[in-house]
Amino acid sequence: MSEDTALDDVEVEEAPEDEIVVLAQKWKKKRGSLIMALHELQGRLGYVPRESAMKLGREMGIPLANIYEVLTFYNYFKLESPGKYIISVCTGTACHIKGSPKLLHGIENELGIKEGESTPDGEYHLQGVRCLGCCGLAPLASVNGKVYGKQDVTDAHGLLENVKRDEPMHVAAESNDAE
Amino acid sequence: MTDMINATINGVPVEVAPGTTILDAARKVHVKIPTLCKHPDLEATGACGICIVKVQNTGKMLRSCCTPLDEGMDILTETPEIVEVRRGVLELTLSRHPNECLTCLRNQNCELQALAADFGMTTSDLPNIVPDLPLDTSTKSIVLDPRKCILCGRCITVCQQHQNVWALSFLNRGFKTRIAAAGDIPLADSPCVRCGQCSAHCPTGAIVEYDETVAVWNKLQDPEAYCVVQIAPAVRVAVGEAFGFPIGANLTGKIYASLRRMGFKAVFDTNFGADLTIMEEASEFKSRLLEGTGALPLITSCCPGWVDFMEKFHGDMIDHFSSCKSPHEMVGALSKTYYAEKMGIDPAKIFVVSIMPCTAKKSEIIRSKEMSSSGYQDVDVSLTTREFARMIKQSGIDFVTIPDEQPDHMLGAYTGAGTIFGATGGVMEAALRTAHYYVTGHDAPRVDFEMTRGLEGVKEGKLNVAGKEIRVAVAHGLANVEQVLEKVRAAREAGEELPYHFIEVMACAGGCVGGGGQPYGATNELRTKRAAGLYQEDQAGLWRCSHHNPYIKELYAEFLGEIGGHKAHDLLHTGYQVLPEYKR
Repeated sequence: MSEDTALDDVEVEEAPEDEIVVLAQKWKKKRGSLIMALHELQGRLGYVPRESAMKLGREMGIPLANIYEVLTFYNYFKLESPGKYIISVCTGTACHIKGSPKLLHGIENELGIKEGESTPDGEYHLQGVRCLGCCGLAPLASVNGKVYGKQDVTDAHGLLENVKRDEPMHVAAESNDAE
Repeated sequence: MTDMINATINGVPVEVAPGTTILDAARKVHVKIPTLCKHPDLEATGACGICIVKVQNTGKMLRSCCTPLDEGMDILTETPEIVEVRRGVLELTLSRHPNECLTCLRNQNCELQALAADFGMTTSDLPNIVPDLPLDTSTKSIVLDPRKCILCGRCITVCQQHQNVWALSFLNRGFKTRIAAAGDIPLADSPCVRCGQCSAHCPTGAIVEYDETVAVWNKLQDPEAYCVVQIAPAVRVAVGEAFGFPIGANLTGKIYASLRRMGFKAVFDTNFGADLTIMEEASEFKSRLLEGTGALPLITSCCPGWVDFMEKFHGDMIDHFSSCKSPHEMVGALSKTYYAEKMGIDPAKIFVVSIMPCTAKKSEIIRSKEMSSSGYQDVDVSLTTREFARMIKQSGIDFVTIPDEQPDHMLGAYTGAGTIFGATGGVMEAALRTAHYYVTGHDAPRVDFEMTRGLEGVKEGKLNVAGKEIRVAVAHGLANVEQVLEKVRAAREAGEELPYHFIEVMACAGGCVGGGGQPYGATNELRTKRAAGLYQEDQAGLWRCSHHNPYIKELYAEFLGEIGGHKAHDLLHTGYQVLPEYKR
């Protein structure tokens, strides 16, 4: 099956194990919460890697068959990494007021793609996301889990340069504190 | 008593208990409503819509399979309007089903094909758009052809709810919906235990057994090959359904005769292997019970679907498993050793074919190195009852009139204890008969242990053997296993007395008579009739306990030596290992 080989080829950037345990604990007791847990998982990784889905299933006591029924039913969920750099521009209230639509638009122009799309070379995927929970750093984008906060919304080019150099202004650990 | 529901169906008054569906109520007054997704074993899902009827009082069209009859309902089931809607449903279903009936394993035995014939679906204005989906033959036991799937969901219900395996699910939605192994991987890498209940419940050719009839025909034509064959207990009471015999008819003699005509040089019976299994397993039970040589409760291991399930989901139970191989593996091993020696045949030339009610047996024959204990693969091909029925039809044998023949007794003579292996509880009953003899030195005054019989999901019973209480449990249908094992675990953890000494498990509901490789259409009524065919033979037989089988005695005296001895251990026993649920 072509999709199988594709799965093998994907570089799996898995959420840290304990992070999935915490996620599972959070949603386990609430009925019908699988979709919320998957939502959160994808929010962190940009997609739901198979390994993470299996781990989540084991922790929540839900068969993988069930998880894939949900994952493939909704177009929203992605099973494969949409790009090397997954750029999530926060469009939550605080970021919006601080001009995040302008930042999003700027990145669209820089990369030549629309929000929700990936560049043809598979390098970048751009998406607008709900509040990332660190409004103190608004306006911000998160790239592969690292937070680029307090951005100059007129300088999308600068942001992309920082992404390439892997130089977030604020690292993930800090963003966790903010959360 | 609750008030009965009174209504009319096509003007005929009907009275049923509350909760009865319109479909069942209609049957009661001899009205036939067409169905497609509904299977008597499974709860209705209303997926296909072919069974709609009209409620005159409201003018509504409802699906009769999942709508309870209400007081005062005035139901119509056959009007031009209703027929037109049903034809529409069928036309849409056929529009995405490949036109491959002539080359399909389900040809003339397909629920969709039958319905299309009943409705006279000779022309269609719709284009035939078949989804381009790959075939999954990875298990070499069950073949998944999602192109032929009509999305009824039966296989998924049975795999998830009845078997608790969760190997199958729907993926995607709308027009793109398809069946697939859990997580969209090859079925062989999924938790699938090859029980084949999906194939036995599939209305079309979307899930079928992995057909190996051609390989067997080729060997039968090969002058160098010495082909021998054995038939499982449950095959003899089911294969007749493909030839119009009454359900449960025991056709052992006709089967032997047909197999010889096909060209098999020796015709053995897995019932002999069942007797041998009992000799070893009852001995294992006795020594665990009296000498503490191993963990109790002892759990039966002749069902390969169950063995696979245990290795994947209940690895903590390995110590409890009987080390005995399944009966057909024992016969396979002895065909290429004992039989070969005695007849002076080169075992390399012997080709062993097993005819089984089971798809999992196809995987069992290569499951571990112990399955090649003779120095060769002990069983070369395992066919299902369905494949065997097709072979008879291909062979020009008049199965209906062919006179009975005898097996080759060396590995073919059997007792009633061997026969009842094919029904849930049969292994337990057979084992108790011989275990009683081993423990007390004499046969039980009555060898019928009714507590083990019938279709209750979990059966429990007690038996007094030489002043000692023996507690047993019998489970069938893998979802029923959980509660039995939980009781064992709870007692083990609490350090309490064991709830059972001996447990029998069969993966399929009803045991092997309801196996995944048996003829289609199994319901509880049918399972009961097939089992009755086995119990009748047991009742009427000369020998009813495995240890009375003279050919078994001869086998130990001439070849194996001690029961549970060195040679027996090498040829008749195996081991288990914990397996991952997913191979990837």
